[in-house]
Amino acid sequence: MDSIFDLTLAEARDLLVKRDLSAVELTRTYLSAVEALNPRINAYITVTAEAALEQAKAAEAALAKGEAKPLTGIPLAIKDLFCTTGIRTTAASKILGNFVPPYESTVTANLLRDGAVFLGKANLDEFAMGSSNATSAFGGVENPWKRQNSDAALVPGGSSGGSAAAVAARMALGATATDTGGSIRQPAAFCGIAGIKPTYGRVSRFGTVAFASSLDQAGPVARTVEDCAILLGSMSGFDPKDSTSADMPVPDFAAACKRGVKGLRIGIPKEYRLPGMPAEIEALWQQGIAWLKEAGAETVDISLPHTQYALPTYYIVAPAEASSNLARYDGVRFGLREDGVDLKDLYERTRRAGFGEEVRRRIMIGTYVLSAGYYDAYYLKAQKIRTLIKRDFDEAWGKVDAILTPATPSAAFGRDEKRDDPVAMYLNDVFTVTANLAGIPGLSVPAGLDAQGLPLGLQVLGKSFDEETVFAVGRAIEQAAKFTATPALKAAA
Amino acid sequence: MSYTIEGATGAWEVVIGLEVHAQVTSKAKLFSGAATEFGAEPNSQVSFIDAGFPGMLPVINGECVAQAVRTGLGLNAQVNLWSRFDRKNYFYADLPQGYQISQYEFPIIGKGEIEIELADGSTKNIGITRLHLEQDAGKSLHDQHATKSYIDLNRSGVALMEIVSEPDLRSPEEAGAYLTKLRQILRYLGTCDGNMEQGSLRADVNVSVRKAGEEFRTRCEVKNVNSIRFVMQAVEAEARRQVEVWEAGEEVVQETRLFDTSRGVTRSMRSKEDAHDYRYFPDPDLPPLVLEQSWVEQLKAGLPELPDARRARYVGDYGLTPYDAHVLTLEKETAAFYETVAAGRDPKMAANWVTGDFFAGLNRTGHSIGDSPVSAENLGGLLDLIKDGTLSGKLAKEVLEAMFETGEPPAAIVEERGLKQVTDTGAIEAMIDEVMAKNADKVAEYRSGKDKLFGFFVGQTMKAMQGKGNPALVNDLLKRKLA
Amino acid sequence: MSLDTATVRRVASLARIRVEEDELPRLQSELNGILGWIEQLQAVNTDGVEPMAGGGTQALRMRADEVTDGGIQDKVLANAPDRAGAFFAVPKVVE
Repeated sequence: MDSIFDLTLAEARDLLVKRDLSAVELTRTYLSAVEALNPRINAYITVTAEAALEQAKAAEAALAKGEAKPLTGIPLAIKDLFCTTGIRTTAASKILGNFVPPYESTVTANLLRDGAVFLGKANLDEFAMGSSNATSAFGGVENPWKRQNSDAALVPGGSSGGSAAAVAARMALGATATDTGGSIRQPAAFCGIAGIKPTYGRVSRFGTVAFASSLDQAGPVARTVEDCAILLGSMSGFDPKDSTSADMPVPDFAAACKRGVKGLRIGIPKEYRLPGMPAEIEALWQQGIAWLKEAGAETVDISLPHTQYALPTYYIVAPAEASSNLARYDGVRFGLREDGVDLKDLYERTRRAGFGEEVRRRIMIGTYVLSAGYYDAYYLKAQKIRTLIKRDFDEAWGKVDAILTPATPSAAFGRDEKRDDPVAMYLNDVFTVTANLAGIPGLSVPAGLDAQGLPLGLQVLGKSFDEETVFAVGRAIEQAAKFTATPALKAAA
Repeated sequence: MSYTIEGATGAWEVVIGLEVHAQVTSKAKLFSGAATEFGAEPNSQVSFIDAGFPGMLPVINGECVAQAVRTGLGLNAQVNLWSRFDRKNYFYADLPQGYQISQYEFPIIGKGEIEIELADGSTKNIGITRLHLEQDAGKSLHDQHATKSYIDLNRSGVALMEIVSEPDLRSPEEAGAYLTKLRQILRYLGTCDGNMEQGSLRADVNVSVRKAGEEFRTRCEVKNVNSIRFVMQAVEAEARRQVEVWEAGEEVVQETRLFDTSRGVTRSMRSKEDAHDYRYFPDPDLPPLVLEQSWVEQLKAGLPELPDARRARYVGDYGLTPYDAHVLTLEKETAAFYETVAAGRDPKMAANWVTGDFFAGLNRTGHSIGDSPVSAENLGGLLDLIKDGTLSGKLAKEVLEAMFETGEPPAAIVEERGLKQVTDTGAIEAMIDEVMAKNADKVAEYRSGKDKLFGFFVGQTMKAMQGKGNPALVNDLLKRKLA
Repeated sequence: MSLDTATVRRVASLARIRVEEDELPRLQSELNGILGWIEQLQAVNTDGVEPMAGGGTQALRMRADEVTDGGIQDKVLANAPDRAGAFFAVPKVVE
């Protein structure tokens, strides 16, 4: 073993179970990386070092007794959108103030049940609204990757930028994330790691701060496809506390990674070839097609005709739901309060001071599209187009088993770029947002570097509740791509 | 003659529709597992869901859905097998989520109809527009502090049925009769306890006025009226106000008003001045509510007998007067009491005793049927003692009084107080002989034709027997002896 | 559809977000930028298409009528910015 940081989650797990690696040592090592790198990368809002060491000791004891569970002793970062009992949960917003939840989200409860160690709460765009992590009230996250011969700070993507940066820089072995329009897959691609948004209903939303309820899904980010499969296995499962949780068995996702792609039909949707898309992205996509063919898959040209409408549809549905979901942040029962002359004034001052600019902007858009006289033209129209987008996929599944697309239209960009034009920023999610609207799973796999040395990802989309095929295809790309590059900023032993 | 308000310009008709909020009888709340009991410590029956904490999600209580379906069936209404929950968005201190989960576009229950009874004995059918499920808000207390309002979320999330009537009501009396009937049906069904003091049943009253033959004019909504009497008063007060406004050449403005019960007038609600735009949209946390027809049938089969059916049975099978049948079926508890008394006995006699001396006894002793010292079984026992001749009607009244005082069964009281009627002809004859001996002069007068004296002998004999002589036997024997 | 200043003010009020007068023009132009971009959806023919409301496809699951929650007064009140005894407190509301 060159360095403890080179271990994947699966490898670390094997060593822990064989007692060739101490859980306490593993956590201590990762905590030292957090201590060294977090002041610069800002991937964590809250670091829970003491609690992590306690958990690691408990894991050590369990391992000594031969009572290993799927994640015993594995140090993870938890996106600060998942409520954690007794640990401040901020959603990267001032409005939650020093909110300390007296309850645990189902996702984190499942991970704790399986023995995981939590290093801390990862940074994100405020309320998960953003594609660059620039909207966090706790400061932006710096992408650990650098352009060649440049030290300029790049964005890690968003909203799960802290989670992705932490994993890329070896400040965690894996992390939880959430994806409403691409918030797992886009930062995973920008940070050169893997990340999957599972099928809507696969992972419980209970205890996760809501952004847009019909689109939000939690999932993992990790360095390999197999690591994602292991984490998703623990995060998933039916939850009676979430009415949208699917009462379905959780398959062995890790086993599915090894299936191979022989005989699979992979759809290549022509609508994902955007005008003005960088040649490198197109080239990477063609490379992906070639890899899958070599591995025994067949590729099929398909059409998803309503793709171009997905993003504007998303920017009606998501803000509308958010405007309602975020109404509870009113300064009455928890979180920030700014006093006012009366109740309305209190609300207006609290929400003005507590929400950042992008969140306020989206609440306003959402409020407007739901308001009297505009509902049919905007919200109802968007819901109908959502049906058409889903129908496009349903028709495609008659011809193909999975779909391959680029993950993002560009590599990571600089912190100061795209700041002034909200719509330009929204276009980051152009390839990822369709999966949220249709409720299907999507995986981002690191597949190559651009000319400036920045990672680029490919996206695999699959049928509802068929994450297994998605993992098999993702693993095949990963094997062919042999992506071994590492970021400029990373922990080293 | 129908109800009108006489204004300076002539008669005005009143048009009324009611939106009734009925608290669903259930142990737990509509979307959380917190308790629904009334009168608990502030904020003690609150889950994080009810308090709108981050990440909390609603899960529906199946019993609340069943109660709504039962109510729909009881209102002869359409049960919608597909319905949906929407969010009604507005900010208020006792609305923790910033929205109320309600059913806006697709309610669980559609059109129905109930029959109301009016004082003159006539009936009228009133249309039900819809019934939907929704969550209650918490409670704001404005009078506890000089500059603050206090918020208790115990009610937050409790299941309500909003039952909307068509604007079919035309007078305060009809509005009162409608609410009375609706409450009666809900209580029979066991879907709402109907307790208006505790706020389990409250009404928003929509009132407008018009000249005969006109289209509807602008209506006002009088919010949260919490008794049947106040509903009737509020209708009248609001209708009179509107007549004055129109007759002054002004326009009635559509608005939300409050009924000031102490002054008997309605006033505009300042807090609702800000015109609302509720931004309804389907709640993404809740998939559609889809019911199986077989489940609805099962609930239908389990419904109790409703007041209309029961009243018809009392008239048809028991031969009661419509009035008695009405009185006995008003409350489910009264009807159950009556049926126990009537079981295996003369139903008319049972009705007379229940509505007569028994109700009078309850009134006199300040009891209700729920805590009556006289059980239905014991009242039935009293009727049996009359039937078998043990007690005269007069004695029975005495025994009933004693039963109200002691709660004891009638046989025990008869035994204890020696109230048993004397049916031994020998004993009666002996007493008659004594009376005739003492009043030989009157006997002579009677025998010479002064028939009116018969009553005197009956009185003397009964007096001598301390009222315990069987009246029929006393009569017979006297007639024979005096002849 | 383009928002005028009055509408921006009304939407901010509905959303209970304080907006200063001097911020209105910029906000108005940003919101109009987004809405203008969204406008392209009007070109899609959606006649006869059912709206898709939720992310999933299943029907609502019903839970049993049992008291399983509540009785956590302290925890419910623990994060309150202002409270009076067991009540949350807000500036007085006039009805």
